[in-house]
Amino acid sequence: MKYASLNKTNLHEWLEHLKKKAKLYAPRRKENLFVFRPVKNVNDICLEYIPTILPPKKYYFPQKEKLLKFKIEPFKTAKAIDKFEEFILFAVHTCDIAGIQCMDIVFRDGPEDPNYLNRKDKMAIIGIECLKYCDKYANCTSMGNHVPRGGYDLMMIDIGEQFIIHINSEKGENLVKELSYIKEATEKEMDELEQVREEKKKVFKEEFCAHLPKVYAAFDKSFNSEAWKKVGKKCVGCGNCTAVCPTCYCFDVADETDLDLNNGIRYRIWNSCQMDDFAKVAGGEDFRKGRESRQRHRYYRKFKYPVDKFSRYFCTGCGRCSRACMADISLIDTVNELCSEAIL
Amino acid sequence: MIDREILLEKMKTSPYKPMRGRIIHAEMLTEKEKIFRIELEDKINLAHEPGQFVMVSIFGFGEAPISVCSSPSDKGYFEITVRNSGVLTDKLHKLGKGDIVGIRGPFGKGFPIDNMFGYDIIIVAGGLGIVPLRSLIRYIMFHRNDFGNVQILLGCKTPKDLLFKDETKEWMRRAEIKFSCTVDRGDPDWKGHVGLITTLIPDVDINPVRTYGVVVGPPIMYKFVIVKLLEKKIPDHQIIVSLERRMKCGLGKCGHCQIEGMYVCQSGPVFNYAQLKNFKGECHEKAI
Repeated sequence: MKYASLNKTNLHEWLEHLKKKAKLYAPRRKENLFVFRPVKNVNDICLEYIPTILPPKKYYFPQKEKLLKFKIEPFKTAKAIDKFEEFILFAVHTCDIAGIQCMDIVFRDGPEDPNYLNRKDKMAIIGIECLKYCDKYANCTSMGNHVPRGGYDLMMIDIGEQFIIHINSEKGENLVKELSYIKEATEKEMDELEQVREEKKKVFKEEFCAHLPKVYAAFDKSFNSEAWKKVGKKCVGCGNCTAVCPTCYCFDVADETDLDLNNGIRYRIWNSCQMDDFAKVAGGEDFRKGRESRQRHRYYRKFKYPVDKFSRYFCTGCGRCSRACMADISLIDTVNELCSEAIL
Repeated sequence: MIDREILLEKMKTSPYKPMRGRIIHAEMLTEKEKIFRIELEDKINLAHEPGQFVMVSIFGFGEAPISVCSSPSDKGYFEITVRNSGVLTDKLHKLGKGDIVGIRGPFGKGFPIDNMFGYDIIIVAGGLGIVPLRSLIRYIMFHRNDFGNVQILLGCKTPKDLLFKDETKEWMRRAEIKFSCTVDRGDPDWKGHVGLITTLIPDVDINPVRTYGVVVGPPIMYKFVIVKLLEKKIPDHQIIVSLERRMKCGLGKCGHCQIEGMYVCQSGPVFNYAQLKNFKGECHEKAI
């Protein structure tokens, strides 16, 4: 079975089934925004949502993650986590799946990071394809992430009465097999899927004023562009943009001791290249001074450096950085400004 | 298994887990810098290349990248020299013989020894830059016949900041290397040269095509020293530097040490000037 079909009336039943299989995380409403949360009641799950405040990276790359247990006297260390638990991410947008693919590349690139890879091993991803455009901040179409491009175990597409489920891995297959209400998709349903995708093309239009290779070329030329001065002037250095980014993975390592001051845990904690001490060394030299250069660094780490290194753009187009920016810095505007400058 | 394989295996299974390192000797070199001789668990050799670094941990205080200042030819132990400049290094300074620290590594790319065999070497060290260079100098001394002429130029602020005093005295005595030293400000007892390190370079006599220039010092020093070496016509790829950056992992992940798209902890800390030249603006060490 490659494509399965699930009647919407059976969605509940399936979710209950998934909940029993493993810990289930899914989007739900939080005031006027959305968040990924562990599912207690499947009725809370919200399938029509705009990108959540934090991407699901908080589950596979936790904000504060135990690296080691240690004892100071006598000197002793041990792994902090022996066993990772199985979990399912449900209803992940294609942009966030692209984010997971980016993180995989980074942490698999030698030397490998077993903490990430072991956690990731236990994760199953069930995606959902967006059919509506979320808001003005998204640039998923320009990044090519508005359609599924792999990286998931199952992908759900709403075709009206049913969900078509694309089965993309053995892990995914295990979540749908031997269920009476999930059947192989019929030819008619596959035709409907084609139609839905055709309709979608009318809604999703490229957000940047140039195609991606041109954007890359613009970045190549724009290291000293005036645009960075503008962005730097607006930026307040809060680091929101990096915290909410599904492909930002910079971290700090910090020790915390128990009250006995002898036992403790070494953590890895999210850090941000937007913080002013991020590149400062003990002698006091700051190698990335000023918000202007720190913002530029963030953009280059999405549109230039990873392309050179991994042939992959690290912007997923989710739009979170612009949505979360307190100073109203828009990624689309910045990229467009660079492009028009470079073409002139 | 040879030591390097043991270390790689450890790194693979748990790259964040430090090994036990016992301090077998510690000594203040100046008012601010202390040298530590460290023996690894099971007496394995660090098997490092000169110029590589280790991550030194003191649990409860943290971890920092520190250059190894001994040569791989010094067997059974390795040495680090640390300036007291923060929370971790302050705690480290309070430790002495018999105390335990955590060690991960060695990390990064060291000096390109293999390429340097047979060449003349001119080493330019400023301030703490002598620390990583000491590993190279000791290596060269041990394998002296594998290299051509060797000259060492050392600069520091005042005579009392001079590191490795006993060793530098010996370098001065030995006929097979040329050693000169300068201080920015002398004192009444100082009989040597006074002035910036760049003032020593015009006097050195070199054949540029068969010379490697190795420079380590504070960021500001590189700009001026590299210009002088370029004036001497040393080719770009034969000018070698080692860069200092903030680091948290040593594995090319945490992001702190990045220069543009390059992770210094993995691709460096040793670079040649041809690589450095290509950086657009984030490298303070680039010559003007």
